[in-house]
Amino acid sequence: MKIKTTLYDKIWDHHVVSRQSDGTCLLYIDRHLVHEVTSPQAFEGLRMSGRKVRAPHKTIAVPDHNVPTTIDRTKGIDNEESRIQVEALDKNAKDFGINYYPVDDVRQGIVHIVGPEQGWTLPGMTVVCGDSHTATHGAFGALAHGIGTSEVEHVLATQTLIQKKSKNMKVEITGVLGAGVTAKDVTLSVIGRTGTAGGTGHVIEYCGDVIKNLSIEGRMTVCNMAIEGGARAGLIAPDDKTFEYVKGRPHAPVGKNWKLAIDHWNTLKTDEGAVFDQIVHINGSDIEPVVTWGTSPEDVLPITARIPQPEDFDGGKVDAVRRSLEYMGLKPGDNLQDVAIDTVFIGSCTNGRIEDLRQVVDIMKGHSVKDGIRAMIVPGSGLVKKQAEEEGLAQKLIEAGFEWRMAGCSMCLAMNPDQLSPGERCAATSNRNFEGRQGRGGRTHLMSPAMAAAAAITGRLTDVRQF
Amino acid sequence: MNKFKTLTGVAAPLPLINIDTDMLIPKQFLKTIKRTGLGVHLFSEMRYDEIGEEVKDFVLNKSSYRDAEILVAGDNFGCGSSREHAPWALLDFGIKIIISSSFADIFYNNCFKNGILPIIVDNDTRDDLLKDAENGSNARLTVNLEDQEITRPDGSKVPFEIDEYKKHCLIEGLDDIAVTLDNREKIDIFESNTFQKFPWL
Repeated sequence: MKIKTTLYDKIWDHHVVSRQSDGTCLLYIDRHLVHEVTSPQAFEGLRMSGRKVRAPHKTIAVPDHNVPTTIDRTKGIDNEESRIQVEALDKNAKDFGINYYPVDDVRQGIVHIVGPEQGWTLPGMTVVCGDSHTATHGAFGALAHGIGTSEVEHVLATQTLIQKKSKNMKVEITGVLGAGVTAKDVTLSVIGRTGTAGGTGHVIEYCGDVIKNLSIEGRMTVCNMAIEGGARAGLIAPDDKTFEYVKGRPHAPVGKNWKLAIDHWNTLKTDEGAVFDQIVHINGSDIEPVVTWGTSPEDVLPITARIPQPEDFDGGKVDAVRRSLEYMGLKPGDNLQDVAIDTVFIGSCTNGRIEDLRQVVDIMKGHSVKDGIRAMIVPGSGLVKKQAEEEGLAQKLIEAGFEWRMAGCSMCLAMNPDQLSPGERCAATSNRNFEGRQGRGGRTHLMSPAMAAAAAITGRLTDVRQF
Repeated sequence: MNKFKTLTGVAAPLPLINIDTDMLIPKQFLKTIKRTGLGVHLFSEMRYDEIGEEVKDFVLNKSSYRDAEILVAGDNFGCGSSREHAPWALLDFGIKIIISSSFADIFYNNCFKNGILPIIVDNDTRDDLLKDAENGSNARLTVNLEDQEITRPDGSKVPFEIDEYKKHCLIEGLDDIAVTLDNREKIDIFESNTFQKFPWL
């Protein structure tokens, strides 16, 4: 009898170059995405040892973390260190002959938005990048995960990684989502349930009707945050929606190869009866619009809830919650909806795609950003920005009071000038609410683009279902 | 990479859970194009106040822990980003061993690539070692990687588990890339076979 395997098992098996007796494998990497922050030391390592990039045509670089998002960035980057880092990537891309989208290219953007947009990310591939949110590409049924700089150098030199296989975890979300509930609420609710270490040592396959019914953009949002749940990667089996999204993109297969690819991609699914090491089941109708209240992505509650007491938790979490609430300036028992915000940030590899901007426009209809609130939209790529301008979304958002920016990671990690000041509170569509993440002393509440739009209108955390 | 066999050093206690990579090394220090010099920024926002003065209460600012080479910390250490600047900063400060009940995956891997040994112990052992570490510069632990054993200040020994291959690489101080390039032929064969099967790749 044929052994029943999971989607993860299948992709893994297709990429094993060699296996040692203890299970350590040499895994082939199909796509290597590179950005300016985690790569300079890797290229330097290659130079020092006289090594080349083994497969420059499978390597794609784009600056995103450091780049300013103001319109005047064509004049150059003021911050010297940031400028040096971006210039180093310019030079490394040229010297090693890899695919490159420089700052002034309309295709530039956040690496995890550019990869799928250009058709570099395809089902069944292994995709790595020196960035933890590489998990995003799992939405296509690609095994995608973040690596450190030493591993970036290893992939550049050998197009492989030394890996041990992770365990299989299934996260099944059945039923249908209620009004105002989006992919972001789904992925945050999963982390709220499993905790930030719940997926450690596992690769998650997301499945169930809710996942099937999500758009590809929504699926990217879900997989993007697999890493916040501690998992090595998140995966979703490819289907007709996936193929439709991929078809015709600049680096997607064409002609005879397209047909061959589809035949293979149709086999990329978990066999009925395959065994998972861990299974989580959530009913879609139990998911509400959520926000985070603390400094860990697992600190998730429905917007209708009250701020918890440290004593509601166990073990080390009691002290962690006490510390979180103090940092966040929140009082246990208060309504989340009474928490006033200063800033709204819409963007990032989690929620910087066209569909996210459409969500915001929908909510903003007939409303504007409340006076005194700084609200910023940073499209995930130059092409997302262009599309939003062509669809008339940009004009509506500007009229509603948003700042309309150039593409980049921006205030998600605040490496460029887009930062919070100490004590400033932000409704953010990004992925991490760690202490200091958006600027020293800054307070981050994670939520969906629709919820962030609602917060922009009222100036406080708000239930989007009011709009 | 330096070879790792055994180490005796001061252990500093950090009894927080979910110590993330933004705590270990905030983003403003990721703009370097070097691997060195990050130790001074380790735990920057916990270690220094807004005007850059040392926070007296922070464990690594206390005189008895300034030379700590071992950290004992709460669950899920190193969660968050893939930045290797986190282990670079730890190493540059002088930390060569981290003991916790669990580590985030990417951080865990990054440690081995830099000659840092992350040790996973059960919750009770972690709590015992945290107590040991509270004894300031008397809190010296000895870690023997070959025998997979931690010796506590009272002389008692605690065993730990570690992946055989990772242990081998640390003990020998191996350069991963050189090892993989010895398999170049296998990669060539894999590539050509795959191209036959999946010509769009």
